[in-house]
Amino acid sequence: MRVAEAWRVALDALRANRLRSALTMLGVIIGVASVVLLVAIGTGTKQKVEQQVEGLGSNLLLVVPGRIEVGNAPVVSPLTLKDVDAVTRVVGDPDRVAVTVASGATARAGARSDFTTVQGVLETTPAVFTRSLARGRYLTGTDVDTSRRVAVLGDSVARALFPDRDPLGQQVALAGVRFRVIGVFAPLGQSLGVDRDDEVHVPVTAAQRLWGTQRVDGIAVKAPDRERIDELGERIVAELNRRHPDTEFSAVTQQQILGVLGDILGVLTGVLAAIAGISLLVGGVGVSNIMLVSVRERTREIGLRKAVGARPRDIGVQFLLEAVLLTTIGGLTGMALGVGTALLVDALSPIPAAITWWSLALAFGVSAVVGIVFGVVPAQRAGRLDPVVALRTE
Amino acid sequence: MTGSAAADPRGDPPAGERVPAIEAVEVSRTYQLDGVSVEALRGVSLTVQPGDYVALVGPSGSGKSTLMHLLGGLDRPTGGRLVIGGRDVNALAPPEMATLRNETIGFVFQAFHLLPRTSAVENVALPLVYRGMSARQRRERAAAMLGRVGLGHRLDHRPNQMSGGEQQRVAIARALVTEPTVLLADEPTGNLDSVTGAAVLELLEQLNAESGVALVMVTHDQEVAARAHRRITMRDGVVVADSADPRSAHDRPPSVDHGRPATLVPAPSAEPRSASGSGPGHPSGGSGGAAGATGRLPREVERPEAHPRDAAPGDAVAREGAAGAREVERPGGTA
Repeated sequence: MRVAEAWRVALDALRANRLRSALTMLGVIIGVASVVLLVAIGTGTKQKVEQQVEGLGSNLLLVVPGRIEVGNAPVVSPLTLKDVDAVTRVVGDPDRVAVTVASGATARAGARSDFTTVQGVLETTPAVFTRSLARGRYLTGTDVDTSRRVAVLGDSVARALFPDRDPLGQQVALAGVRFRVIGVFAPLGQSLGVDRDDEVHVPVTAAQRLWGTQRVDGIAVKAPDRERIDELGERIVAELNRRHPDTEFSAVTQQQILGVLGDILGVLTGVLAAIAGISLLVGGVGVSNIMLVSVRERTREIGLRKAVGARPRDIGVQFLLEAVLLTTIGGLTGMALGVGTALLVDALSPIPAAITWWSLALAFGVSAVVGIVFGVVPAQRAGRLDPVVALRTE
Repeated sequence: MTGSAAADPRGDPPAGERVPAIEAVEVSRTYQLDGVSVEALRGVSLTVQPGDYVALVGPSGSGKSTLMHLLGGLDRPTGGRLVIGGRDVNALAPPEMATLRNETIGFVFQAFHLLPRTSAVENVALPLVYRGMSARQRRERAAAMLGRVGLGHRLDHRPNQMSGGEQQRVAIARALVTEPTVLLADEPTGNLDSVTGAAVLELLEQLNAESGVALVMVTHDQEVAARAHRRITMRDGVVVADSADPRSAHDRPPSVDHGRPATLVPAPSAEPRSASGSGPGHPSGGSGGAAGATGRLPREVERPEAHPRDAAPGDAVAREGAAGAREVERPGGTA
């Protein structure tokens, strides 16, 4: 029998039982659609996180106490502004070094209040972390040196405290201490579910005085170029280790952060895809079941085809193609459904979703393989039927 | 295994003699049912020549159907030698058997066995599908064949839009579209009323006469059997009577012979219980004897000593009545 002929016969058989074929396909459709959708969500999340990490600024080196690894508890920082000066000497360019000491605090303006993160920083922050202002100005060296009580508000803080007024020049109470608003950041949006516009920048000296501390949480360095970033990190860590022999320090690059995050999200995506794959497997069992029913129902047809010259292989191929058609048509429909749902989710919800070609190819390939795997047994059974017995069946 | 019979050089016919379409030598077929062996055939020898018109008669359980399945290559003998179209069935793998059926055998069944939801022309073309023939060629040949059975105007009708007689004609066209050497018909008129049945029978006879395809027909109907040129009577898995084909004996034109009582010539296997005792299919084997004694009704359906014409009329009337009550011919093309 010619292959084209075999496809036509298989398609006719599916058409003859439209409802049953559709219901059988539904199992495969749901399986493939969920694989495509969940992989899209996983991939979308990963891409968005990567964008945001890269959006922090290029050639960034983050120096923190402790090790940066999944599952490690944060370490109380022994770093002070003196250590920052030492790091600056290693780097050789004060404009490339930023620090932060952060804490949650209530910001108050008149009757309105907003719980936010107050970050004590150097005037170098916008240059190191690629931040831009919507209004006003950023902190200056003088602001930092003189512990001036001035603040730059994140977009959401500005909206919460001054919904109907220009915040510039207004007073804001941070943890009960008055600061003057000198600027407002351009909005950044969300990252990993965190509102990045919910923060207030003040001079690091003012922040330390506010909380009565000498420490800084971490140091960020913008390396001059990508090639020397690792070497620079080692030199900074060596200098800090010399100054604080009891504490371990880490200098991590964006690439390393991306690697760690990518691993976590990759595992997550894999787990989601595997769960969806189980439903695809269940769909495959349904296909196998229906094919066995189909073989039994058409025993006489098989007997007749054999009587007029169909070889066992012809019959087997016919039923195998039927199973493969069920799963591939189901697979294509499921792909369309999965892509459509992913695009809807991406557009209408905060969950990002990105379609990747490999997930489509994988879903389609798996559905075709499911058809072959779960079609083989019924097909073999059909091919081996004894024509004499088959013709006698009523 | 009747080894001596299988090795017999009778398979090679002398020069001038026709090559047999089917040759069975001491063929036996034993089934295993729940651990018990049942001997359906116990040493049957017969030869079907091209152009033969053979009626295979015998009571239920006599082994007619088993023999038909063997002759058609649907089944294999468990003993003896069976040569179909010059090929020894025991030497063929299942795919080769399928090809052999496709090329040399045409089947007509009592229940028609047409594919539902499939047009007449596609049903007829089905055997050609397994020859890898193109769709256009298949349709041409199938349409031509439907024309020969008088259904040239029903090409695209489906089985459920056709009467029983028409369906059987489609089945006949399907059996003959491959131009086989043997047409095996298993009770071809069994599901039809007498008028339709007679027409189908006439068609089969006409095709047998025109195309030279050998016609081997299983039937219960004495009248139908009487029209054949040769009658093979079976009982308890053996051939108990085999009338010779008058054409081969006297070289008369076949049309004259229709309906004539066949001359009975005792076949070599007519007295099997005493004539040959070497094979496993004979009463000397304990289980076989038991099955033969308990499993069969000693019902006399065939009376070889009587002229079939004498017995025919009464039988035929009774059968006609029964057939008429059982099935009412539906008018075609109602849908």
